[in-house]
Amino acid sequence: MSPRGRRRDEFQMVPDAHFTSYYGRPVVKAAPWTADIPAYLFLGGLAGGSSLLAAGAQATGRDSLRRTSRLGALVGISLSMAALVHDLGKPARFANMLRVAKPTSPMSVGTWVLTAYGPMAGLAGVAELRPFLPRSLRDGAVGRLLGAAGTPAGALAALAAPAVASYTAVLLSDTATPSWHEAHRELPFVFVGSAAAAAGGLGLLGASLHDAGPARRLAVGGALLELAAEHRMEQSMGLAAEPLRAGTPGRFMRASKALTAFGAVTAAVLGGRSRVAAGLAGAALMAGSACTRFGVFEAGQESARDPKYTVVPQRERLNARLGS
Amino acid sequence: MTYDPATASGWVDAPARKGFFTDTSVCIGCKACEVACKEWNAVPDDGMSFLGSSYDNTGALGASTWRHVAFIEQKKPVDLGMPSTARPGADGDGRADFRWLMESDVCKHCTHAACLDVCPTGSLFRTEFGTVVVQDEICNGCGYCVPACPFGVIDRRIGEKDTPKVGVAQKCTLCYDRIGEGLEPACAKACPTKSIQFGDLDELRERAQSRVDVLHAAGVHDAKLYGESEGDGVGGMGAFFLLLDEPEVYGLPPDPVVTTKDLPAMWKKAGLAALTLLAGAVAAFAGSGS
Repeated sequence: MSPRGRRRDEFQMVPDAHFTSYYGRPVVKAAPWTADIPAYLFLGGLAGGSSLLAAGAQATGRDSLRRTSRLGALVGISLSMAALVHDLGKPARFANMLRVAKPTSPMSVGTWVLTAYGPMAGLAGVAELRPFLPRSLRDGAVGRLLGAAGTPAGALAALAAPAVASYTAVLLSDTATPSWHEAHRELPFVFVGSAAAAAGGLGLLGASLHDAGPARRLAVGGALLELAAEHRMEQSMGLAAEPLRAGTPGRFMRASKALTAFGAVTAAVLGGRSRVAAGLAGAALMAGSACTRFGVFEAGQESARDPKYTVVPQRERLNARLGS
Repeated sequence: MTYDPATASGWVDAPARKGFFTDTSVCIGCKACEVACKEWNAVPDDGMSFLGSSYDNTGALGASTWRHVAFIEQKKPVDLGMPSTARPGADGDGRADFRWLMESDVCKHCTHAACLDVCPTGSLFRTEFGTVVVQDEICNGCGYCVPACPFGVIDRRIGEKDTPKVGVAQKCTLCYDRIGEGLEPACAKACPTKSIQFGDLDELRERAQSRVDVLHAAGVHDAKLYGESEGDGVGGMGAFFLLLDEPEVYGLPPDPVVTTKDLPAMWKKAGLAALTLLAGAVAAFAGSGS
């Protein structure tokens, strides 16, 4: 077998595509988005999952998990907002997003979800900083207000959190970008799984062994969901799955699977006994989640740049309809 | 009764839907449309480059290219109508073995426009003429319309800080300022062969069909309309074409579908995924006590 032979076998399900294009130029345009967007996909998922863990930890008295998760959500959502505004062509006009509410625009829906979620997650996170305030502030009106606001704010954030973690899949899929659109059946499950794995991973890193049980279970469950949904997604995408396996996005996706599987196994086997193993598993799961987001993002961009992914499926669809 | 996007968008007593019929069979590739568009709309220069693709050094539609003339060179016999001295059927009987396809591409002003659907600021809107236009002062350059368009038409303008409208989405307006005053768009006005025709969409569709009939009768069996049918994936295009080859030869998608057609199904899956995450989080705490 030639060195290239094995590689080709992988793709035999999809025969070499013969198609016509205009000088090989793209038909659709790739999104003008930079690394800000996949970074946001990761950070937003991390924040959403963490708010859920924080609310549960609050309800069950797991202080170290609550603190870690609330602070994780605060940092995650703050960096998310910075990334989103930074990616605009006119950052000063970011508030124009609030002019309308459009269910046909996942970005508009996401704007309102984040408008509901962000301040609550932020307040709950800032409430965790109360012990670090100077005594006069901490015991004064501001400090007491913060202390009282943390729990309801955290609960409200947790209510919005599942939407924060899942709508981003629709954001990508609602485009003409082949590898994003064709992923629309499974991508929401990949993304919530990835969010759960990342948030659980952060919990494993930051919470005590005594408190980290739910983070471990969420992390392992999320990792399994992500791996299973991603596998199914690649099966259902047809030709558009190809960019997920090749080049830079392929490297991200392979790293994602390896890190996620390693993190889940380590968390399940050793995460309840060893603080070091729990931390290692947590870091691997977070890195795996980030790789998933960058892999899916880059695969879409690649599929938009190559006219093959637009023309071939459409031509097949058209020929089938015309009966030729 | 045909679906009228202007009425569907809330316009009362909207004028007849306006559009373009671009008949590529009479395009001579002069690029007057590209120039007229740039001049009238003050669209800035977007680079001088030699692309090595026949006479096309424009490349593609984009933020600063609202008309783009495509040139395709094909080895295919075509009757030039020239006198010949050879016997009929022999080589060199006046038929060249080469043909040149030329097509002036433009925004399709779709009946169901994905760019407009996904715009989160309301900057993209449906005009009373049924066209789709960017409001420059409202667009914040989120870029979502760019990957949403199934034709790769709209783009975010890049350039120096002093470039007009830099950072915001830009595309053909079907000369909203001109047609509101009863004028025809700059490209159609400049076209010397009437390859670009502007008018009421209903009338253009009839005219296009009779043109196809004439071409078929003359033996040009490749002639076909692209985007004229309300049954296509974007509900019909406000700017449609007569092509002499398959759409992808010209860089057009063969079977475009507005991405928002699948959006209800996408929201359902996302809702299910959100519930899965919520249930998973509850389960992670369940039974563990405090």
